[in-house]
Amino acid sequence: MALYTLRRLLNAIPILIGITIISFAIIHMAPGSPLSQFTEDPTIKQVDKDNMIKAYGLDKPLYVQYWDWVSGLVRGDLGVSLLKNQPVADLILERLPNTLLLTVTSFLLSLLIAIPLGILCAVRAHSRLDQIVSGFTFVGISIPGFWLGLMLIILFAVKLGWLPSGGLQTVNADFSLIDRIKHLTLPVLTMAAGEVAIWIRYVRSSMLEVINQDYMRTAKAKGLPGNSILFRHGFRNALIPLATLFGLALPGFFAGAAILEQVYSIPGMGRLFIEGAFQRDYPVLFAIVTVGAFLTVLGSILADVAYAALDPRVNLSKQEVRG
Amino acid sequence: MPEAILEVKSLRTVFKDKHKELTVVDGIDFEIGPNEVVALVGESGCGKSMTSLSIMQLLPRSAEIAEGEVRYRGRNLVGMKNKEMAKLRGRHISMIFQEPMTSLNPVLTIGMQLTESIIRHLGVSKVEADTRADEWLKRVGFPEPARIRREFPHRLSGGMRQRVMLAMAMSCRPDLLIADEPTTALDVTIQAQVLDLIRELLKESDMSVLFITHDLGVVAEMATRVIVMYAGQIVETTDVRSLFQKPMHPYTKGLLNSTPRMKGDIEKLIPIAGSVPPAGMYPPGCRFADRCPLAEAVCRAEAPQLREVVPGHRVRCHLA
Ligand SMILES: Nc1ncnc2c1ncn2[C@@H]1O[C@H](COP(=O)(O)OP(=O)(O)O)[C@@H](O)[C@H]1O
Ligand SMILES: [Mg+2]
Repeated sequence: MALYTLRRLLNAIPILIGITIISFAIIHMAPGSPLSQFTEDPTIKQVDKDNMIKAYGLDKPLYVQYWDWVSGLVRGDLGVSLLKNQPVADLILERLPNTLLLTVTSFLLSLLIAIPLGILCAVRAHSRLDQIVSGFTFVGISIPGFWLGLMLIILFAVKLGWLPSGGLQTVNADFSLIDRIKHLTLPVLTMAAGEVAIWIRYVRSSMLEVINQDYMRTAKAKGLPGNSILFRHGFRNALIPLATLFGLALPGFFAGAAILEQVYSIPGMGRLFIEGAFQRDYPVLFAIVTVGAFLTVLGSILADVAYAALDPRVNLSKQEVRG
Repeated sequence: MPEAILEVKSLRTVFKDKHKELTVVDGIDFEIGPNEVVALVGESGCGKSMTSLSIMQLLPRSAEIAEGEVRYRGRNLVGMKNKEMAKLRGRHISMIFQEPMTSLNPVLTIGMQLTESIIRHLGVSKVEADTRADEWLKRVGFPEPARIRREFPHRLSGGMRQRVMLAMAMSCRPDLLIADEPTTALDVTIQAQVLDLIRELLKESDMSVLFITHDLGVVAEMATRVIVMYAGQIVETTDVRSLFQKPMHPYTKGLLNSTPRMKGDIEKLIPIAGSVPPAGMYPPGCRFADRCPLAEAVCRAEAPQLREVVPGHRVRCHLA
């Protein structure tokens, strides 16, 4: 298993290189540049403009720029933000925990709700309960996160005034857990709403696949109690496809978080990326795209490893058993 | 006569959806006494599996028992609470299924699947359960039980899996075993092996057995009494000897003519023409009339009753 994981990780290296090259090219092809605000300004002299371009290395051919960036990356140097004048690594490390807080909390919350509810809906497929839940999941999937976020802000922050409308803590106040929870409630709920809907569907459908299998009937024929049949025999099998879906969903969490960070003014990676994109802050963009690519690849590796770990049939040793 | 282990009384099982009800087991009565091995025979689609699942209360969600009783040692299992039923299943009444390839859980080791019911029903420790699992694995022919216990099902052949299922079914020493075509899905050579094994286990234990098969050849080796089923009904029931020597129902005769009795007599086999009508498409009179070489006008007009023609020998045929 360890060997398999290692091999998958090594295989991922060329993929990552490919992704960085392509995204490097695409970002550079986009119109505008980090210096647009100066270069388009007729009051700034051409010499100064040229000097600035030179200072940022933007006059070099693209492959040289890429090479410079990659060799920096290998040394652990992500460059310096062109506009904030801070090392990109610092910017990311400052923001990443906030994004993780948002994504991990809402993901755990959504699993907590989706797993039991999904199983229940599978067990009582086509019952009234199942129909109601499936109606809610349909709504949950259809509603865009930013809209739901805005609605919740209007209701709970503006109209009722129960919860803050954005940020992660009250300005100028010391850190307090209660305050943090209050600030997180709306963004986490917004993000979890969409995820719960999706995961209820995933859990329900993978559980439905399992529930009519012959081994479930065997488990019942053995006189096992309902919970043991459902979880030990049923959900344990349903987990196999779910693990794959989770790995594939991993990068999606961060995309979703990016939008909600914007709506709720949370200083996270997504907001950093959006700011960076508007200002063509190349080093910040490259760094985040690379992190994103890394997460995507990591997600699919995790999915495969989890699959192999959960499903004994995947084991590749082909020895026959006799006896 | 000693108290019956199992009594099935006018059992009717239906598949149900919003629009219609489809009777697949239509008024079945039989008993199994202590230590008795009863064979239930009939072509595929006659309702044998539905009968056995009705006894175990393991019917799929779309099916239900519409009428009748299933009594185990006098207690009616129909409508029994699931919790109560779970105490009987695997402990007092066990079942093995036709599909060895899919009946074991692919993600749990053989050991886990064997010991969980032992621990549950007999209340023994994990270690003690492992020991007992090993004993049973040995008895079903695994010389190295401890190694098999750690294996996952996909590494075992169909025959091996069915032997594991057998060990599982026997592990709590039930007094009623229901075996639903346990060898049908296996290779012919493996079939004989597993049948021998079942016979041996039966000799050593005092268990009652409902042995379901579509193969009369197997019946002769296993059972003391036979129930022949056709289109959801019992058409003939008697002890094994009279069934083979004096079969009375044309369907039974047809089954016998299409079963090789001795090696090498294949050329004399005559299959029954046609096939079992699907549930809901039964003809109005005798359900076998359309395929029966002897059918007369009365057969198509009037449904025959199951009658005791000779003491201990009941037949559902106008002409018997
Ligand atoms: N899920 C189902 N829905 C509707 N009819 C079914 C279903 N399963 C079995 N049947 C019908 O029930 C009848 C008896 O089936 P079964 O008990 O499996 O036969 P056997 O075990 O004797 O081969 C058949 O006519 C079959 O078509
Ligand atoms: Mg069957």
